[in-house]
Amino acid sequence: MILGRVCGTVVATVQHPFYEGRKQLVVRAIKPDGSWDGDNYRVCVDIVDSGMGDIVLVEDEGNTARQLLSAPNGPVRSVIVGVVDMITMGDPMPDLPVGEATGYLGEGDSPGDA
Amino acid sequence: MKVGRVIGTMVCNQKVDGIKGLKFLIVRPLNADLSVAGDPFVATDSSDQAGEDDLVTYEESREAALCHDPWFVPVDHAVVGIISQYVYQDTWENP
Repeated sequence: MILGRVCGTVVATVQHPFYEGRKQLVVRAIKPDGSWDGDNYRVCVDIVDSGMGDIVLVEDEGNTARQLLSAPNGPVRSVIVGVVDMITMGDPMPDLPVGEATGYLGEGDSPGDA
Repeated sequence: MKVGRVIGTMVCNQKVDGIKGLKFLIVRPLNADLSVAGDPFVATDSSDQAGEDDLVTYEESREAALCHDPWFVPVDHAVVGIISQYVYQDTWENP
């Protein structure tokens, strides 16, 4: 699943019959701190009534999308499955005990050796 | 789905049975802000009506094959729809 922000809408009159009547939104991927995650984006089908500027949760996997839309052969991969209200995040990179590893496994050296 | 621009068409006479009767387009992939995102590729046209200069949405990999009937055709990019209106905004006053 990816976190993204709704950046746009797509309207198409001529399209695959599967997409007729389905709302399609442009979602750009973001990092948890809210910054863009490069140029990564998807045009997604919206089933949770999200809108422009919302931070959303996107399921980007074909089988999941087809199950969600009850379409066993639907040509769909990306679906917006949630509108995010809040993100809390601890220290993204807690201090690891660098240099206090348990030693390396060499000849005659096992982790159990005193 | 992603967004692309049709920059040409392709015709080939000899092809495997699975893709007989399908129309081929040369599509340039675009970013969300419609800037160029890479090198063009060949896609089939499941909308049946796309042509040069059209802004289109396309599906990749297995989902591209599912655009067609029968769905197991050997296709890895397929145009899904012709975009008639595209709105994009990436800055907000209160982010």
